Amino acid sequence: MQHSHNSGASVRAIAKSPTGIQGLDEITNGGLPTGRPTLICGGAGSGKTLLATSFLVNGAKQFGEAGVLMTFEENSEEIASDVASLGFDLPGLVEEGKLFVDYVRIERSEIEETGEYDLEGLFVRLEHAIRATGAKRVVLDTIESLFSGLGNANILRAELRRLFRWLKDKGLTAVITAERGEGTLTRQGLEEYVSDAVILLDHRVTEQVSTRRLRVVKYRGSHHGTNEYPFLIDRYGLSVLPVTSLGLTHEASVERLSSGVRELDQMLGGQGYFRGSTVLVSGTAGTGKTSLAAHFADAACRRGEHVLYFLFEESPHQLIRNMRSIGMDLQPWVDAGLLHFEAERPSRAGLEAHLASMYQHVRDFRPSVTIVDAVTNLLSVGTQNDVRAMLMRVIDYLKVSAVTGFFSSLTPGKNESEETEAGISSLMDTWIVMTFDEVDRERRRAIRILKSRGMSHSNRVHEFALTDHGLRLKDGRG
Amino acid sequence: MQPTLPPETAAEPESFVLRLYIAGQTPKCMRAFANLKRICEQYLTNRYRIEMIDLLLDPALARGDQILAVPTLVRRVPVPVRKIIGDLSNTQRVLAGLDVSVGAA
Repeated sequence: MQHSHNSGASVRAIAKSPTGIQGLDEITNGGLPTGRPTLICGGAGSGKTLLATSFLVNGAKQFGEAGVLMTFEENSEEIASDVASLGFDLPGLVEEGKLFVDYVRIERSEIEETGEYDLEGLFVRLEHAIRATGAKRVVLDTIESLFSGLGNANILRAELRRLFRWLKDKGLTAVITAERGEGTLTRQGLEEYVSDAVILLDHRVTEQVSTRRLRVVKYRGSHHGTNEYPFLIDRYGLSVLPVTSLGLTHEASVERLSSGVRELDQMLGGQGYFRGSTVLVSGTAGTGKTSLAAHFADAACRRGEHVLYFLFEESPHQLIRNMRSIGMDLQPWVDAGLLHFEAERPSRAGLEAHLASMYQHVRDFRPSVTIVDAVTNLLSVGTQNDVRAMLMRVIDYLKVSAVTGFFSSLTPGKNESEETEAGISSLMDTWIVMTFDEVDRERRRAIRILKSRGMSHSNRVHEFALTDHGLRLKDGRG
Repeated sequence: MQPTLPPETAAEPESFVLRLYIAGQTPKCMRAFANLKRICEQYLTNRYRIEMIDLLLDPALARGDQILAVPTLVRRVPVPVRKIIGDLSNTQRVLAGLDVSVGAA
């Protein structure tokens, strides 16, 4: 032989069918395996049906692939109204011939079983629906219901095995949903038959806060992200949030933005923050973090840019009043539509809901600067790790959208560890610490820059005061 | 069918409209049909009608009666609708499924 041939190394990339679900196609490197069945398992209310339906609707609307939805639990009207809130118009798609919905209802009480049977009726219905629409995608939601409707589990197992084989032979990209079992992926062990790709959905409620997570358990012949990814269900549909959607490939801007405080700009290499970077300002209560945030917002509005300000501790009214005391009036910017406040009680929603709301507002308002005051408020609804993971996603999103992010963080007490900051500071390009100390029986405010990537910055501690003309450094030479 | 009935029988025995769904002439389906025919002849003499529907020829009909398993026997009349799935090999169960009282036959 002239060439050594290593068959094991010839990895043929398998074809994939995009789901159109934001994030999921990234995790799976392109979508679900084309022409093969994918199993989606999860508990009640974990979002299986929504994911499966999104796959069909997006297929029909974005990728020109008609679909068949065979539902075993909800009738067409129920499913249509469930997904209408996501903006899906199932009846419309059915009308256009891009979707076929068949509701399979089995009422055990009205069925008597005697002797041998098979599920040819199910095959006939599927085939009919596939022919009627020319479908390439099929969803069976949730086929396991058959086990409670029909008595002969042996026949069912054999028939389901035949069905999955049949779907594969027909080259259909299928999604099969199944209920999570005790200690197994699915109650009826469907993972034994559908083993090309398995996605697990999880919906946890911890301390009254709900978190949804998605994990690709298995994907034969393909690389895939193995983490647990949070996912959201909001009015834009379902979206999975990969850890780093940008893959650190976003372009770093060299443009600089004034912090709104001239002397601080001096400290920051003479020009301020980088556009599209992330700034963390930490300090104990009353050190002036919000004032610094307000300065930054004010400066951006003066340039005619849009600022989105998430406020967790006080009302916009309160903040505007307080800033007037240091000679800054933000009201005109609000009136001009340049500054938009989103005031929310952190405990009102879970982390994922906050994340969803942030995404939505950034998407809708398209700000050039986004301020989160204070990120530490979110700790009341999630653990440190969760908050960090969430921030990572917010930052990703801001960076991809070239939005400059400004985050304030409340340090619990003077001598307490800066655990929170340590956790999130690595995500930040610039880290500013503000203090309010008693020195020689005098209260002194001070500011220092712990880090600021990509620029030579002041390493000194600078004293400052909150004056009638805003935040002023006493020694601004850097 | 006798026009007059003995007084102990309160009403005229009902007629049955039965629909047997099959998918092609498979042994299972043919067996079901043979079993059904035999049971009807014996217990529902002169008061039954069997409609056979081959889903391979009329696939769209499977939805209407919610057919999944094949063969499926549907008792359309009298109401309520009842279903018996399988090859109908157990006569007692078929009669129970059709709600036919054997004593009265």
